[in-house]
Parts: sequence; structure tokens; C-alpha cells
Amino acid sequence: MKKLLAAVILLPASLCVFAQTKPKTAAIKPGIPASIARGKVVYTKNCLSCHFVDGGGVPNMNPPLVKTSYVLGDKTKLIKVVLNGFAQNVEIDGETYSNNMAPHNFLSDQEIADVLTYVRNSFGNKASAVKAAEVKVVRAANKK
Amino acid sequence: MKTKLKYFLPVAVVCIALFALKSDINVTPDADNAGLKLPAGFGALKVAETGARARHLIVTAQGDIYVKLARPNKDGKAILVLHENADGKALLIGGFANYGGTGIYIKDGYLYASSNTEVFRYKLDAQNKVIDQDHPEKIITGLKMGREHETKSIVLDNAGNIYVNVGAYSNSCQEHDRQLGSMGIKGCPILDSAGGIWQFKANKPNQTYGEGVRYATGLRNVVGLDWNQQDNQLFVMQHGRDQLHDIFPDMFTVKQSAELPAECMYALKKGDNAGWPYMYYDQIQHKKIMAPEYGGDGKKEAAGNFIDPAAAYPGHLAPNGLLFYTGNMFPEKYKNGAFIAFHGSWNRAPEPQAGYFVVFQPFKNGKPYGDWEVFADNFAGSPQKAESGRADHRPCGLAQGPDGSLYVSDDSKGTIYRIIYKK
Repeated sequence: MKKLLAAVILLPASLCVFAQTKPKTAAIKPGIPASIARGKVVYTKNCLSCHFVDGGGVPNMNPPLVKTSYVLGDKTKLIKVVLNGFAQNVEIDGETYSNNMAPHNFLSDQEIADVLTYVRNSFGNKASAVKAAEVKVVRAANKK
Repeated sequence: MKTKLKYFLPVAVVCIALFALKSDINVTPDADNAGLKLPAGFGALKVAETGARARHLIVTAQGDIYVKLARPNKDGKAILVLHENADGKALLIGGFANYGGTGIYIKDGYLYASSNTEVFRYKLDAQNKVIDQDHPEKIITGLKMGREHETKSIVLDNAGNIYVNVGAYSNSCQEHDRQLGSMGIKGCPILDSAGGIWQFKANKPNQTYGEGVRYATGLRNVVGLDWNQQDNQLFVMQHGRDQLHDIFPDMFTVKQSAELPAECMYALKKGDNAGWPYMYYDQIQHKKIMAPEYGGDGKKEAAGNFIDPAAAYPGHLAPNGLLFYTGNMFPEKYKNGAFIAFHGSWNRAPEPQAGYFVVFQPFKNGKPYGDWEVFADNFAGSPQKAESGRADHRPCGLAQGPDGSLYVSDDSKGTIYRIIYKK
């Protein structure tokens, strides 16, 4: 996994080396478009059933992911929502949402980075990418 | 002459009374039937646009409509009072109660209404108007409210009792709610104070759990409920569990998870156990199936003394209103049958969403008899809006008018609908 992360952080040239050492693993392409594409797969499998294909969520139950401060704001807070789940009463545009979100800490750092990058660049959102290294730092601090 | 008059007078009185009851003679459906699709001979009109989260509602003999709101409106009122004009359109004439909630019911000269933790009642005058809007009697207090299934629905029997749903604040009583693979808590502790129907006295102030009776248990969440006068029995609609595939992806496909489990109608007797969270009802296998959180695999049948549903409907349609039709306006087949308002699903994604309609369930001799049918459809606005879950309107409460009209509330945009039979 550490090798995998290094591959993402380093530039494509080093990917060749990576590909040689682990030929069976598909090389993770750098760049936001590739992360978004991977993130969509993670989203479809883990998030869509509650937050819906359009990110709009469900009134009173599952909050929308469309242009909310949670999604567009502090990345650390957002990563923690995925790692720890969410069971607080919050108000978004005057609406409240009651379903508990389960922790999704079984997703890898890369998967969380990809899915958050996808969410932050879909449904009308436009925000910076989340990197696996950032997730790693938050996850490590989260355990303490 | 004298004798003639003696006979004429009562006849005249009866005629006038009949005419008074026919005061809705000018009610005509909207040109587009309020956007609804209805069986032949029926029409619908929009009675009012409240612009609020209209949950359950009740219509009085005098043409007043009391609507319970999920939250107080901008004026701080959570029960709206509307009055119908002769053409069937209603005007907002007042509002009271500062607590949001779902339940509202009239019985024996009192209006009962619930918040998400308490039940209040207001004395009515002979015209079914609330006498003192600011000082209700608190009948029940301290009911459990979690983050999920927090609303309280209410209905009364004919023996001075009130029944209140206390929803389980959990999907399936997992150790970690809705978490992948998390197993069920042994002897689900939620059932002590939630996940069932509680019975209280209708006229006794400040009752808490200790003074109530856990009338029926093993009901995850009930929103629609009604007292069946033929059977003199409580009927409820359960919202079945969510996320079989999300939580146990190796046992249930996405498609199975969209269809299962059934939304169930139960005819309850005191002491009944409907089985949540230990089982769910599979309407395709027609079996009570052990919940995967408690050792099930989608096939193993439930072990335990759990009652069978009276009827079962497709998964996740969210039955929020139940009404036994006792009116005389609709054709004979509707008499004593059940209308069910299905709020519409969310837990079918990525499969198409479904519901957002009012169903008719035929009854015979107080039992469901024959197949259910969609009675009023297209609250969503279009099939596409229903399938995507982005419905314009979502049916929630049901009420019967004094002339036998069927009223439907919408808790998305706050439209109040009235469905009439034109012959």
C-alpha cells in the first residue's frame, strides 16, 4: 500500500518502475480527472444508495452533497465524516437530516481521496482534489 | 290539515338536513384533476396550498380542516386551521400549537395532536372548534425520540384509549447503525421504550411509559394507522427495514435490496409481536425471514412467535397514511376498505424509486380481500420524477370528509388534495 501511495505522489516517470515491480496492479494515474473517474466507482458502490446519483440526498433523511459547506469546506472535517460516519443533528439550508451515516473506514486512503475528489467536482461542485496522503494523515490522527 | 302538518314538518326537517349535508354540491374537480391520475368517475381538486410540511390531517363535519405540520411555520404555528368554501377551496383561517409533529385525531369532543415526544388534547365546542388554542391538556409526556423515526402517530379506539407509535431509533438494531456487516444487539434493548405501539388513557393527564401499556412490539416504525370499526381493532402500516444489500452485500443483490422487505399491514391485538429487528417479511417468498443481523441469510425462516402481516406491499414505499373508508360517496366496493398513502421510496437506488401514490386495499368482513390497486397516482408529477425520487408532491396523511370525500396531504409542498366521486 505504501508503494501504491508513493506512486501517486511521485511523477509518471516513477510509475514505470512501479509497474515493473507490481505488474498485476493497475497503475493509478495521477491527476484530478483520473481520481474523479475512480471516485465515481467508489461513490456508486458506497454512497449512491443514500445520497443518490445526483448527490441530492433525501429530504429529512440523507443530506445533499450539492454545494454545502461540508462538502466544499474544510477537507479534514470532510475526511472525518467518511472515516467516522455522521450521527449529528445538522441543519443545511433550514433542513434537518435524521438517518445515521455509518463509518466508512473500510475504504482505503486512495478510495476516500477519490470519492471525495469526485463529490467535490460533481453535482455542480467545484473544489480542490483530496489526496490519499491527506486522508492518511487524518486517519492517523483520528486513531489517537 | 293538522295531521298533514305533523307529518310534513319532520319531512321538511329531514329534507333541509339532507340539503345541508349536500352543501358540497358545488364542489367540482380541477380541470386537470389536480394533476392526479384516478379511476374512472373520480375527480380531484387542490383544496389549499399550505406551503408547509403537511403531515396528518382531519376534516370536521363543519368543513374545517386541521393540518398537523412537521415543524411550526414562519408564524410559529404547527396546527393549521382551514375552512372550506362551497366550491371546495379552503382558506387559512387560523393556526395554533408551537410544536411540530405528525399525529392529529378527533374523538368524542376533543382534538388530539402529537409532538415527537408528547401528546396533547384540546376541547372542542359543538362546532368542532378548539375552545382554548393556547392551553391544551398534556396527555402523554416523555416518549422516546431518536434521530430516526421520531414522529408519533395517534389514533383512538371506542373505549377511551389512545394508541401512539414510538418508532425504533435504528434501522435494524445493529451494534453500529447501518454499518457494513455489523450484527444485531442481542435482546434488542430499543424495544423497551420504542419499536412498538403504546396504549394510554385518552383522558388522563401527564402519563408516562409507566402508566401506558406496550400494546404491540416488534414494529420498526409506524406512521399510518387507523382504528377499524368493523373489527373494533387497530391496524398499522410498518415501514420495513432498509439497506439489506448495503449492510450484507454478499447475501443480497442490489435488486433484492430494492424489493425487500415488504411494507406490511398488521392487524394488532394486545401483546402481539411483529418481529422487528429479528425478522422481516419477504413478500416474494411469502415468508417471515430471519434478519441477517441475527443469523439469517435471506432464506432461513424466522424463529419466534411473530405475527403474520394482514397484507404485504413492495419494499420501501413508505406507508405514511392509513384510512378505513366508511363514507357513502364512493362506489360500494370501497366501503370499509383501506386507503394507504405511500410517501414514496428512497432506499431503492440505484434501482428506480417507487410509490408516491395512494393505494386502495379491498376488504371483506374486516380482512384484506383481493389485490391492492393504485387508486391515486402521479403525485410525483411524472413517472421520471417518481423514478428519480425527485417527486413534486409526496402523499402523507389521509382523512375522510363528512360527505365521503377523501383528503390527502402532501408534506413536500404542502398541497391538500380532495378526491371526489362524480358518478
